[in-house]
Amino acid sequence: MILTLAFRNLFHDRIRLAVTLIGILFSIVLVAVQLGLYLGSSRMITANIDHANADLWVTAYGAKSFEDGGLLLTDRERHQALATPGIKSVVPILVSFAEWRKPEGGSTRVVVIGSDFDDNGLVPWSLSEGTLEDIQAPDAIAVDKSYLNELGISGIGDTAQAAAGRVKVRALTEGVRSFTQSPYVYTTLNRARQLFGADADRTTFFLVKLAPGADAAQVKADLSSRLETAEVLSTEEFRDRSLKQWLFRTGAGIALIGGALLGSLVGTVIVAQTLYSSTKDHIHEFATLRALGSSAGYIHKVILAQAGLSAVIGYLLGMSIALVILYLSKGSALPLVMTPGLAFWLFALTVAMCAISALSAIMKVTKIDPATVFSR
Amino acid sequence: MTTTPVLVAENVVKELGSGAGLVIALKGVSLELVPGELTLLMGPSGSGKTTLLSILGCIMAPTSGTLTIAGQQIAGLGPEELAKIRRDHIGFIFQSYNLFPTLNAIENVRIALDVRGITGFAATSRAEEVLRDVGLGHRLTNYPGNLSGGEQQRVAVARAIASSPDIVLADEPTAALDSENGHAVMALLSRIAKEQQRSVLAVTHDPRTLGYADRVVRIEDGKIVGEERRPEGLNAPEITDLTKRRKIHA
Ligand SMILES: Nc1ncnc2c1ncn2[C@@H]1O[C@H](COP(=O)(O)OP(=O)(O)OP(=O)(O)O)[C@@H](O)[C@H]1O
Ligand SMILES: [Mg+2]
Repeated sequence: MILTLAFRNLFHDRIRLAVTLIGILFSIVLVAVQLGLYLGSSRMITANIDHANADLWVTAYGAKSFEDGGLLLTDRERHQALATPGIKSVVPILVSFAEWRKPEGGSTRVVVIGSDFDDNGLVPWSLSEGTLEDIQAPDAIAVDKSYLNELGISGIGDTAQAAAGRVKVRALTEGVRSFTQSPYVYTTLNRARQLFGADADRTTFFLVKLAPGADAAQVKADLSSRLETAEVLSTEEFRDRSLKQWLFRTGAGIALIGGALLGSLVGTVIVAQTLYSSTKDHIHEFATLRALGSSAGYIHKVILAQAGLSAVIGYLLGMSIALVILYLSKGSALPLVMTPGLAFWLFALTVAMCAISALSAIMKVTKIDPATVFSR
Repeated sequence: MTTTPVLVAENVVKELGSGAGLVIALKGVSLELVPGELTLLMGPSGSGKTTLLSILGCIMAPTSGTLTIAGQQIAGLGPEELAKIRRDHIGFIFQSYNLFPTLNAIENVRIALDVRGITGFAATSRAEEVLRDVGLGHRLTNYPGNLSGGEQQRVAVARAIASSPDIVLADEPTAALDSENGHAVMALLSRIAKEQQRSVLAVTHDPRTLGYADRVVRIEDGKIVGEERRPEGLNAPEITDLTKRRKIHA
């Protein structure tokens, strides 16, 4: 009967129900979009790290993110690393911002990634046109299809200038987007060094693979003590550091999380307001229930059931709209991401939101004097 | 008739309001209710009838005096314990029915069972049974809005007796009803008292109800001023005034 009564109370006033549901829907969509953007951004920021084949990253001391490692490491660090017990391989990759000069004039900023694919360190993934061999040709690069326009080129075979040298598009990736909005340009390690005029042993990172059975923490500590000028990070640590740099130092993540908080706050306020006024309208019935001998808990359950029903209906509506937006955002500069985990947390958030909203209504019924049943 | 009273109130005093607005609504009321009797509580407006009913029904606590229900002392019980006494022993009927407008007749009765932990098929069949008993077998799924006043009050009576309480308390149960429906509801209350051996106490202004009473208690200005009992075996709506030793007429 608790559910029946809650359901009838809700549907008794359709307009209020609509306001409640719109409130929940609004905040679910807002929170889903904000957190979806947050997740989407996170994935973009860590995409290269996630696709690299490394147990440990050696970076110049204080490297803030994947894009920001400098060109400071040399063969000295490489040999020190190779001499460390428990390390199987040490693969250099070069990452640096560069100026891209468009064939038709004008320029933009790109991130050049130099890596020898044979080393199996970092290989451009999801190639849609061209092959890895194509990228090994002199001057060859791979860029993402979605950035062709921005780079002032039209596709395979076009040339441009990156940093200090000429490059020719030989392969295209799909869906490899950059959070900094500076497109990634993949080429070989040597070609990258040439573009930046760097010494033949200069590099940005070393990707370290451990020998089978090696103790990661032990090797990491050992390697750190050997390298004075460089830092050794686990993949996890490096991901966190890149996320921190782009999401938090830049404030982008704060804005997204702030938006999500605001969304849940607005939702909570609207639901609290409608639930409170519904409870007020039905206060005489609650007093009657109390006079009939119901416990306070029984009445609270009716109100919580009203909140819970609103939450479920609002969530389903909100999620459907969020999924439509998600679908539409595919292929945009910043696609939204929805995972089962996020969907679950959104539901938990909706329920929490509605439960908190129920508090004011519950406080209202707690003050009911059943004696009012006689004075209508 | 020597039956043990199911409710005993002794010297109940109730102060309402505070400061300059303080009203002593009950000034030492003692009353017993025994099973199998329909008692009417009559008195002028403002005399304290509703206040007394609220106290007897454990909805309000007396300022002083004692109340014992089914052998249990009520003094000092908290709101939840009072709610339990109401669940276990008392059924209420209100002047304006107080039905749930969003629930149909069966559901209105079921909810009173639900708060007592009676659910499912047991609740539905009991609800149907009492609704048939009050003559509403053909209105089981009607909503209050689609029932006449008399029918609504009979749903309320069904709701009050569904859990077989020892005591049924009614505040002006006929005040909103026309003569015919008023009589029907009083006859029902009288039958409930007799057939099911319950104590029924009804507050009323309505002289038409007198004929159904086994006993009439008169209250004025917060004090009981008279009690009349229908002599054993007398069925006519004529009651002997025990206090004042005169015949009263309905
Ligand atoms: N909450 C309250 N605060 C102060 N005084 C009150 C309150 N409720 C009732 N009273 C007063 O207590 C007295 C008894 O009220 P009560 O409602 O019991 O009378 P009643 O006999 O039921 O009257 P009626 O026949 O009009 O329903 C009245 O004088 C009333 O004004
Ligand atoms: Mg009254």
